[in-house]
Amino acid sequence: MPKRIQPIYILGVIPALFLAFFFFYPLANILRVSFTGEIGVQDGGIAEILQRPFFWRILWFTTWQAAASTLLTLAVGMPLAYVFAHFDFAGKTVLRALTTIPFVMPTVVVAVAFTSLLGRTGLLNQWLQALLRLDQPPLSLEQTIWIILLAHAFYNVSVIVRTVGGFWANLNPAITEAASVLGASGLRLFATVTLPLLMPSIAASSLLVFLFCFTSFGVVLILGGLRFATIEVEIYRQAVSLFNLRAAAFLSLVQMAITFTVMSVYTRLQARTSIPLDMRPRSVTARRPVTTIDRAVVLLSAGFMLFVLLAPLAALLWQSVTLGGQGITLDYYQELTINRRQSAFYVSPLTAVRNSLFFALVTVVLSLALGAISAYLLARPRSRLSAALDPIFLLPLGTSAVTLGYGYIISMGTLRTSIWLVPVAHTLIAMPFVVRTVLPALRGIDPRLRESAMVMGASPRRTWREVDVPILARTLAVGAAFAFTISLGEFGATLLVSRPDVPTMPVVIFRALGQPGLLNYGQALAMSAILMIVSALGLIAIERFRFEDIGEF
Amino acid sequence: MFQRTLLILSIMAALFVTACQPVAPAAPEPAILTLASHDSFAVSEDVVAAFEEQHGVKLQFLTLGDAGEALNKLILSADAPLADVFFGVDNTFLSRALNADVFAPYASPLLSQIPDELKLDASNRLLPVDYGFVNLNADAAWFEAAGIPLPETLDDLAKPEYAGLLVAPNPATSSPGLAFLLTTIARFGEDGYLDYWQALRDNDVLITGGWSEAYFEHFTVGSGGTGDRPLVVSYSTSPPADVLYAADGRTEPASVNISPPGETFRQVEFIGILKNSPRQELAHTLVDFMLDTAFQEDIPLQMFVYPANANAELPELFVQFAQAPAGPAVLPPDAIEASRDRWISAWTDLMLR
Repeated sequence: MPKRIQPIYILGVIPALFLAFFFFYPLANILRVSFTGEIGVQDGGIAEILQRPFFWRILWFTTWQAAASTLLTLAVGMPLAYVFAHFDFAGKTVLRALTTIPFVMPTVVVAVAFTSLLGRTGLLNQWLQALLRLDQPPLSLEQTIWIILLAHAFYNVSVIVRTVGGFWANLNPAITEAASVLGASGLRLFATVTLPLLMPSIAASSLLVFLFCFTSFGVVLILGGLRFATIEVEIYRQAVSLFNLRAAAFLSLVQMAITFTVMSVYTRLQARTSIPLDMRPRSVTARRPVTTIDRAVVLLSAGFMLFVLLAPLAALLWQSVTLGGQGITLDYYQELTINRRQSAFYVSPLTAVRNSLFFALVTVVLSLALGAISAYLLARPRSRLSAALDPIFLLPLGTSAVTLGYGYIISMGTLRTSIWLVPVAHTLIAMPFVVRTVLPALRGIDPRLRESAMVMGASPRRTWREVDVPILARTLAVGAAFAFTISLGEFGATLLVSRPDVPTMPVVIFRALGQPGLLNYGQALAMSAILMIVSALGLIAIERFRFEDIGEF
Repeated sequence: MFQRTLLILSIMAALFVTACQPVAPAAPEPAILTLASHDSFAVSEDVVAAFEEQHGVKLQFLTLGDAGEALNKLILSADAPLADVFFGVDNTFLSRALNADVFAPYASPLLSQIPDELKLDASNRLLPVDYGFVNLNADAAWFEAAGIPLPETLDDLAKPEYAGLLVAPNPATSSPGLAFLLTTIARFGEDGYLDYWQALRDNDVLITGGWSEAYFEHFTVGSGGTGDRPLVVSYSTSPPADVLYAADGRTEPASVNISPPGETFRQVEFIGILKNSPRQELAHTLVDFMLDTAFQEDIPLQMFVYPANANAELPELFVQFAQAPAGPAVLPPDAIEASRDRWISAWTDLMLR
């Protein structure tokens, strides 16, 4: 009997084609032009780069700051993941949406928030000065490594909260209960039982955070000043300021080689640590905080989160209504609705919101479809194909946006100026997130569940619907939240030629920040506040859309 | 259940996609002419409409990133150009643009109305369209309250009474930052500019990544009072913007220009027609239009730079608060292109490492 090709392999062609056309083709093209072409500055070969101590310093700095940022993000994110996974409390959905907002904020705006909070004349310093009766501001974080690490944690904490929290929430509490009956408690219980169970999702989310920090650009450049440079910053310098394409291409390859190595090691490890899990509906795992200790845990974690995550956002909101020191005013919001200079590119804030939401929705649909198929392909047990493919699906995250952007310019023909390229570029970044959130759960489906369903006479289709779908639905909701925020935050925007006639919320913010005048500054802050609110509402809607939770078995 | 939700989701998405197409231009009946620019380009709608009506074409705009990035993208796409006309090569990138040979020469009749000192390309591939000056802005009220006289020269900035007062954007990542660095090179020479910067550094100058951070976060005027630096490297046209976009209806700017002779930098911006554009004739009409008074008089309050056409009248705000500084620093474009990287690297090593 000839073996039938499984449908997943046929479907798998779609994401493969997507990556081939929108990622590998433009990338290969720009690398070819850079190494062989006549375009750009030609002096300064690769040997020369390798000899510069600066190059090795950048390599080392990029790596260690990414590792340190990931650890810091984990430290902030894990307690929050625990609280969100284990307790039901009023406002949980809203709070979880709020932890994700930093993800969408443009770096320039986050810099404003951080400066007004942590800067030399910032609130925290004023406060400490008054409290400790000091003459000088005690903290000077501006343009230090600390502000870079803090900003990375601020941006990425939701990756941990959502991925680990989502996974944690569905672990069967009976396992830890059994362990605690057997005498394990506290840290030991966590270290020997819970942590190993959580490992797949912790590793997956840490990897994503690491990749983001490794290729960090705006945070390092804007908050760090040029004192610090990651490989991505150096690629930008070579490709844009110097127009030395060969050096930029070489550095891009170095960056990709390192991220590819990290990803390969990770996928090996992950395949080994993944174990069938016993997933439970959240109604079983989450409870209302009852004991005093519970309450204290909830309060402390929530308080900490308020401090670390929400203070900068609150500072922004506050500034958007008080800028200029004339008391509370809505002038800046009103100014958004006025086309003061009859500009041809003016749009109402509503149109900007609509444009952003349009791109975000297309991105969500595209990346969920492509990501889910890819995850299925990769989840096939002990397949050599999936082991080889896994890091490849992650590669767009570890690739220089500037380089790929140049690739688009020379490869995409008339599509270059099409607005449809916008959600495609966002999907390239969002898809790995969907894959990484879906995959651990998919791998964790106990094969016995599928087997028993089959034994009991369920068709493969029915088995899929009854066993896979409920688990998939949960993780897809998490993936949708990421895709939505990645698109609203315009990750990979440098890839694209932009159309000033279709401005999104971040574009309106950048435009306002381009000219002097308090009304411009205020407008940028007001639009940032609107961006925050729209993302929060969108995320809450996605959470509400929680399909049926896993309540069906 | 899941399938039903999925169905609803896809219907919603489909509805959304069809109902909510972003506001893109209407169906392209007339010929389309594409103008690419850097991100700071702006124009009034009636000026655009006037051109479209006059020539029966539709203008399509593209923005390609900052000035350097935009030019690079055009050079990369030279064979299949992204646009017909490009706005926004400045004198710091002029040599790169001319060496790459992506623009076609066009001796517009309007060139006669443009002062010769702005014409930096004898081959007429890049025609001057506007210019601006990078200089210092000072918070006049702050200095009065502190009882310190306004600084008068760059040398003053290194004196102890001006310690901790100046914020400047990084020349590696900001175009006014680069302009200010070039000013100091022109003023103090290749041998002296680093010593000057060392003195500024000892005097606690603050360097930010971009102009926005310097102006809005740290400059006392730009930040609406929360900043702590009453001196900023910005443009001679920032004071009129400070009035036009004031939140309190003020009629006089809170900031004043400090632009001593030989200590400001003039950024000239150029337009050019892409050599491989198939619409050369139409592109000529657009270039003529952009050099003519209607567009030129729209420039000041849209982009806060001066029109290149000498016949264009300046708005009242410019006449009052943004007199073009006399005798800007002089550095030829090819010298800038040849040494920019070296100068910035040396500066970075001194200031930030």
